[in-house]
Amino acid sequence: MTVKSAAKRPAPPVSFLSSMWAVVWKDLAAELRSRELISAMLVFSLLVVLIFNFSLELNARERQEVTAGVLWVTFVFAGTLGLNRSMAIEKDGNCLDGLLLAPVDRAAIYFGKVIGNLIFMLLVILIVLPIYSILYNTNLFVPGLLVTILLGAIGYVVSGTLLAAMSVQTRTRDILLPILHLPVVLPVVISAVRASTYFLQGQPMDLIWGSLNLLIGYNVIFTAAAYMLFDYVVQE
Amino acid sequence: MNAKPKALMALDVASWALLAVSVYLVLVYAPMEAVMGNVQRVFYYHVAAGWVGMIGFLFAVFAGIMYLARGDRKWDVMGLAGVEVGLIFSLINIVTGSIWARPIWNTWWTWDPRLVTATIMELVYVAYLMLRQGIDDPDRRARFGAIYAIVGFLSVPLSFFSIRIWRTIHPVVIGSGDAGAQGGFDMTAGMQVAFFFCLFTFTVIAVDLLWHRVRLGFLADKVEQLKLKFSS
Repeated sequence: MTVKSAAKRPAPPVSFLSSMWAVVWKDLAAELRSRELISAMLVFSLLVVLIFNFSLELNARERQEVTAGVLWVTFVFAGTLGLNRSMAIEKDGNCLDGLLLAPVDRAAIYFGKVIGNLIFMLLVILIVLPIYSILYNTNLFVPGLLVTILLGAIGYVVSGTLLAAMSVQTRTRDILLPILHLPVVLPVVISAVRASTYFLQGQPMDLIWGSLNLLIGYNVIFTAAAYMLFDYVVQE
Repeated sequence: MNAKPKALMALDVASWALLAVSVYLVLVYAPMEAVMGNVQRVFYYHVAAGWVGMIGFLFAVFAGIMYLARGDRKWDVMGLAGVEVGLIFSLINIVTGSIWARPIWNTWWTWDPRLVTATIMELVYVAYLMLRQGIDDPDRRARFGAIYAIVGFLSVPLSFFSIRIWRTIHPVVIGSGDAGAQGGFDMTAGMQVAFFFCLFTFTVIAVDLLWHRVRLGFLADKVEQLKLKFSS
């Protein structure tokens, strides 16, 4: 039960990558059967876009300014839904205990969950983007924008998976995740919205690099931090 | 443990005395700033509170790292104390800043990097308290608290830089200022005396409060253990 014991586990007999992919595969297979997570995230995203349309009166001129903001708010909220669900499934069926009993590096479990969550989030984004393009007659297929979205999604999922693993173990569960996560993920949202807006406006790259670098920096820092801290999150 | 330590008593007295002197220095001794007038006097407490709030949070991060490394409960009590003290002083920092900004910037609030970062830091540590509230098992509460204190603190400078890429109007009084800053000024000797005295005063008060809070935490732990002993 002490914190120290985590460091003294025997060396894992299975390779890091194969155990990580096993977790990813498990998540994908489960999702392929139930389709709960993706469908919930997708319908929710479309509803958010719809609500934005009426709350912001998205006419042609204003749309240029707020498109990136609307998209990111949609992704952030839908992502919270997905993160909560993906960890709650593990907790409910005691799957998490099963995973932890497996003689693998716990960081592999974390990165497996991260990749699974990232795939779900990117799938939802891939469906929402063309629909938004059609509904608002805006061209979103700017390569730079897609790169920004990828970087932002990685940052969002990396910190979100760590915090979701914590929040499912508390009494307040689902309510707690956005409260824990949003202040921590704020740099991602700020930089991603800025870079996305600039890309959509076709601004020069030297304006955009600052935000992109910050996204990359966030991803590196939080991946390293989560790698070190995840052990303590799941320790019993 | 039960009796209040002598040193703590002395620190209490020192805190009150220093605070009284600092009020005199700030309101009477320090010269009036030529452009802004009397409202500039809020600056002394504003910076001191911000400084102490930052110390509180840094202390909590340090305690979090120590807890994860050592697994000793005392670090958890200290971390919580650091967060609570940090929260109070950061709030004072934000409110006094707002009072100053109303006449100088002509607005209570602006989305400047420093202002947003201070607010985010406040929210991170409010979330920290909510996280602790949702966990019954004391070991898990301590572990998660430590992790969140660290993760939250990592994101704070990143928030600052992500907004800074825009630009800032917040004055930088110490060190080189930004050309776009509004409401900056140079401190005269009298102002510097008041300023550094306030920093010192608030540091002493913060240490005093931290000590009280840590002591309270240990006592609460003891009560919890006694309760468990009697109920079993």
